[in-house]
Amino acid sequence: MTQLISLLTSAIVFGTVILYGALGEIITEKSGNLNLGVPGIMYLGGIAGIATAFFYEMYAAEPIGAVGLILSFLAAFLASALGGLVYAFLTITLRANQNVTGLTLTIFGAGLANLFGGSLNALAGGVGQISVAVTSRAYRAYSHTLAGLGWVGQLLFSFGFMAYLAIVVALLASWFLNRSRVGLNLRAVGEDPATADAAGINVTLYKYLATCVGAGISGMGGLYYAMDYIKGTWSTDGTIEALGWLAVALVIFATWKPARAIWSAYLFGVLYWAYNYIAGLSRATIELFKMLPYVVTILVLVAVSMRHSREAQPPRSLGLSYFREER
Amino acid sequence: MTDHEPLIHIARRDGLVWWRAWCIRLIGAALALLASALFIYSITKLNPVKVYAAMWEGAFGSARRAWITARDASILLCIGVGLAPAFMMRFWNVGAEGQVLMGGCATAAVLIYLGRTLPTAQLLTLSVIVSLVAGAVWGLIPALFKARWNTNETLFTLMMNYIAIQITCFLVAIWENPKGSNSVGIINQQTQAGWLPALFGKQYLLNVIIVLTIAVVMYLYLKYTKHGYEISVVGESENTARYAGISVRRVIIRTMVLSGAVCGLSGFIAVAGSSHTISTATAGGRGFTAIIVAWMAKFNTFVMILIALLLVFLEKGAIQIASQFNLNDYASDVVTGIILFFLLGSEFFIQYTVRFRSHAHKTQEVEA
Repeated sequence: MTQLISLLTSAIVFGTVILYGALGEIITEKSGNLNLGVPGIMYLGGIAGIATAFFYEMYAAEPIGAVGLILSFLAAFLASALGGLVYAFLTITLRANQNVTGLTLTIFGAGLANLFGGSLNALAGGVGQISVAVTSRAYRAYSHTLAGLGWVGQLLFSFGFMAYLAIVVALLASWFLNRSRVGLNLRAVGEDPATADAAGINVTLYKYLATCVGAGISGMGGLYYAMDYIKGTWSTDGTIEALGWLAVALVIFATWKPARAIWSAYLFGVLYWAYNYIAGLSRATIELFKMLPYVVTILVLVAVSMRHSREAQPPRSLGLSYFREER
Repeated sequence: MTDHEPLIHIARRDGLVWWRAWCIRLIGAALALLASALFIYSITKLNPVKVYAAMWEGAFGSARRAWITARDASILLCIGVGLAPAFMMRFWNVGAEGQVLMGGCATAAVLIYLGRTLPTAQLLTLSVIVSLVAGAVWGLIPALFKARWNTNETLFTLMMNYIAIQITCFLVAIWENPKGSNSVGIINQQTQAGWLPALFGKQYLLNVIIVLTIAVVMYLYLKYTKHGYEISVVGESENTARYAGISVRRVIIRTMVLSGAVCGLSGFIAVAGSSHTISTATAGGRGFTAIIVAWMAKFNTFVMILIALLLVFLEKGAIQIASQFNLNDYASDVVTGIILFFLLGSEFFIQYTVRFRSHAHKTQEVEA
């Protein structure tokens, strides 16, 4: 039982990182933009949050966790949305290829984040690894009374606020895409931009906003990873990149539905950590276990394409640029 | 002229003479270098000209460095050449990273298990074959599903990368040497069995020759053979291809086997001809960078040479400035990213003309 609870809690923490990445990407992809820059954007969000908190904690006489939290949260959203803006400008206005632009954004974001993450301390005259303990503590704060309520408390109340925020964002996104007028317009843009254009929807504006807001949300995954998952430090081991691709996988697995992404994300977490709870695995076998999320994603992708179910298809214009003159 | 005329008018160009297109690209590259210089200056406060000089030093400063630059550029080029046929078919093979790793793993397996028993000539032949097959299989799987069920190939090949990465980690754990190092170490270090031999005393000359040969052959294949023609028809329009009696399925599968095989061969060159070890760094993101190389070159393998060289120059140069000025190597990815953003953006000005309202007004008058 303890083992199961501990597996589930680590799955939820893991799932939250990729849930943010996937939610942002779902909104972006619903506008027809396949942004393969998700890992780069998550990097941007992570480093912007860490760097802001770092400078705040360095220059404030007595840093307050809540202030560091608000500042770093805003900075992370802004930096990620800026990454989305670069992608949007290149693919929508300058009509560059989406895949290539997205991959470039991943290279750029990962480079920028690891450059600063690895040398920010040195640049600021310090030694060793960067660390933002005060702000990170604020991110990780939870109610000990509630979390103390046995396994229910462990499972439901032992996380920092961003784990719950992710669920709220997912439900909001689900409502937005299925019920709100703007959301339905957005889906129309992603399905058939020419028709949406003819119906008087400002395709360019929708694509821009969806891409930037989507990127902002994706970037929260990086922020959560840096602040909560690895407790306010930075590591240049490339984990965020791997998680970013997993977020792209999650979009497919959840068949572009934000509500479905919630439990799918936790399922990915369970699949990813399962090896820890199976006795007697060698280190080599563990590596094979880690491919499980990708394998099931491929199975879903194949199953969806075989069944031709209209509900589960990618947005029809996904990956294609829209040029009004070339209809 | 009414007020409803949009401020900016964008029209597709009918085609630009090649030298004007290259002028636009050069302007893009110049702006990119300027932006990168600003970036470098803002974090190091160093004279950017000196920084670029240091970068040149890092990439071509000595014969040894120049050879390493050539070696790495040729691997990147080989992957890009492998991607060209797939991209020309508008099949988004973003799985090169995985295909390279599978080819690399296959080569490493041959070197490790048969390194003591077979002479080098046979080892090399066998490595080439298994790496071609391994890469081809990795390309074939998504192609089969694309051809039969139209499964999205971008997402499928992307996922295949991570399966290949985990397989590589698995094999590294099995083959690790010495135990506990979590790395395979240099394979056959004493005997050099199965290593690509030095040519005229130049260790990496053979790599470069092999890759250049593949590049030329691929250019001819795409431009002058029936297969190449079929690929470009399928890429333009699958329906046209069908009306013309081309079996789209067969072309997709054949082309992806070829694409995967060449990427697999890049893995062979990386292992047998360059690093003599296997890890996820054997591909190390080059499978993704090569996508950009192939796309920017518009599938022209000769242009790819230039772009591959430019990117590796930036990488080596940035590593040099990073060590000189106490930053880390990731500076190279930032500079690469900036340059690619500008080059991607400059393609727009090659394909489209932009006219502003007042300007359009004048031309109309002149025409009238």
